[in-house]
Amino acid sequence: MNKNNSFLNRLFMVLVFVFLYAPIVLLIIFSFNAGKSNVVWQGFSLEWYGKLLNNRLIMQSVYTTLLVSLLATVIATMAGTFAAIGFYAMRRKVREPLMTVNNIPMMNADIVTGVSLCLLFVAFFNGWDSFASWFNSLGLFRLPTRLTMGFGTLLIAHITFNIPYVILSVGPKLRQMDKNLVDAAMDLGCTWMQAFWKVILPEIKPGIVSGALTAFTMSIDDFVISYFTAGSSASTLAMTIYGMTKKRVSPEINAISTLLFVTVLVLLAIINIREARQERLRQTRHS
Amino acid sequence: MSKELIRLRDVCMAFDDELVLDHLNLYFNDKEFLTLLGPSGCGKTTTLRIIGGFATPTSGDVLFDGVRINDVPPYQRQINTVFQKYALFPHLNVFENIAFGLRMQKRPDPNDPTGKRMAKIPEEEIRERVMEMLEVISLKGFEHRKPDALSGGQQQRVAIARALVNKPKVLLLDEPLAALDLKLRKDMQIELKRIQQQVGITFIYVTHDQEEALTMSDTIVVMDKGTIQQIGTPEDIYNEPKNAFVADFIGESNIIDGVMLRDKCVKMYGREFPCLDGGFAENEPVDVVIRPEDIDIVPVEQGQLVGTVTNVTFKGMQYDIIVDFKGFKWLIQTTDHSPVGSRIGIKIDPDGIHIMKKSQYSGMFGDYSSFSEEYDELDDASLAPDEEESGDEE
Repeated sequence: MNKNNSFLNRLFMVLVFVFLYAPIVLLIIFSFNAGKSNVVWQGFSLEWYGKLLNNRLIMQSVYTTLLVSLLATVIATMAGTFAAIGFYAMRRKVREPLMTVNNIPMMNADIVTGVSLCLLFVAFFNGWDSFASWFNSLGLFRLPTRLTMGFGTLLIAHITFNIPYVILSVGPKLRQMDKNLVDAAMDLGCTWMQAFWKVILPEIKPGIVSGALTAFTMSIDDFVISYFTAGSSASTLAMTIYGMTKKRVSPEINAISTLLFVTVLVLLAIINIREARQERLRQTRHS
Repeated sequence: MSKELIRLRDVCMAFDDELVLDHLNLYFNDKEFLTLLGPSGCGKTTTLRIIGGFATPTSGDVLFDGVRINDVPPYQRQINTVFQKYALFPHLNVFENIAFGLRMQKRPDPNDPTGKRMAKIPEEEIRERVMEMLEVISLKGFEHRKPDALSGGQQQRVAIARALVNKPKVLLLDEPLAALDLKLRKDMQIELKRIQQQVGITFIYVTHDQEEALTMSDTIVVMDKGTIQQIGTPEDIYNEPKNAFVADFIGESNIIDGVMLRDKCVKMYGREFPCLDGGFAENEPVDVVIRPEDIDIVPVEQGQLVGTVTNVTFKGMQYDIIVDFKGFKWLIQTTDHSPVGSRIGIKIDPDGIHIMKKSQYSGMFGDYSSFSEEYDELDDASLAPDEEESGDEE
């Protein structure tokens, strides 16, 4: 390869990275700008970060985001882990098609998942309304009617789209495990449940933690699915930022977006470092 | 020695529609070393899993000390297992691996006068018993190592200790030596036999390696296609194989079509040979087994049969020569060199001839026309000891 060519190659690569990251770098820089402008640098300041803390709307949505992400992560991790064990115990002929079904939601456009979940909730609430008014007419005790979308539906949606990631990250750990381990534990006096806690769990724990971290990251930065399932009463951080841009672009948005970006970046870094370390560990174990 | 401990009564096992065990009837005596021997897919591992409680037979009964235990889960059986590839717990060190079973155990609390309360085994006793076990397997000083810091042979011994520390009445061993190299395997064979005699319990051992079976066992059960072909001592199995399958699987055999003219006289190649067997019908067609080492080479004029040498292989202790007798090729093991193409005579003593009834295996084994290929197949089989298990389960 001649020199000229390699120069073009490098230029192309630099351009790609500029297009990818320049907007984010700009956003981060201007989040520290003293003035209101997004174009003119007027000196360093933490003014906008300070304002965030006093913005009740933003703090409320930070709280909602963290709560829904944490709850969704915990529940999806448990459900996904047991689902992965179920998959593991299946015969290959049954498992492979089911795994494909499991993988589709991850590839699927978020907007399709969001809209379809939204439709499902609306349909369910309609049905529930009819059922509840019939039941209440019996006079035993009152069931609530007129359910609406809110934190509950948001949480269900997050759990739903998180489970496949957990399954995908726990599954390989199970398959790497010596399949006689469970038999050995039961042979030595464990019931199945004891064998799960004492032998399976320690073996697949790295996979569970990776799955939980991935799920948490997905939840934190999700916008589309949340937008369609949160209704009007709950709002995640991403939704709040979107709402703020509709009125006027305040530099507060720069600050909160920077924080969101850094959080996700740190989480992704942790996931990647963990994976690299496990891979090394596995190779030394096998050599 | 002769007390019966485990009995399998009419046990069948089917995966999907495939019958893996076909009406198996078998008993195991207390304190004996019994080997289930057979090729991949013969059902030996399945039999072991049924005894261990990891598989429930499709039909039939498993009896332990006269009590039916079909539905007793593995953790309630007085049986422990040494698994293929050992299945040591990777996250626990050697000490904790061995102590695992003891930590799970509960027994009546000695301090409770009613004797109803259950208590765990005290830590001191666990420590004592684990250290004692480490001594038996000569791995003292290794207790803090993780399994992946041990060699294959050491992992193997830890797996045995982990099972034996629970003082089971029966130890099941599923091809435990398959992953070791030849030299270590030979040492471990002797070691295993020593441990079995030292602890004085029943060992049920699964292998496809006939030499392993002959070296260690009190009793060998030869299996094929989910049925028992023969049960006997190593000497019985080798000297008096019941059919062509057993004769071929255990050691090398020339198996020739013959006709039993009368007691102690068999006819092959149109010639009468004196032998020691009897009890067959007059002129009954039979399979005649002649072991390669029981054949004497003599000058052509003194030979009972005369053939042409077609292949000579030097084996160190002896030559393996292939000799063509009217189109049927025999394997003969001899210390004398006979060049390829030479004509030789052979003589067989009456006690070198063993007569078997015709069976479904007649005509399938015992011809050495495809000598070299047969050796290749044997090599393949020993390289893939895991095949059977996956075959059983999928």
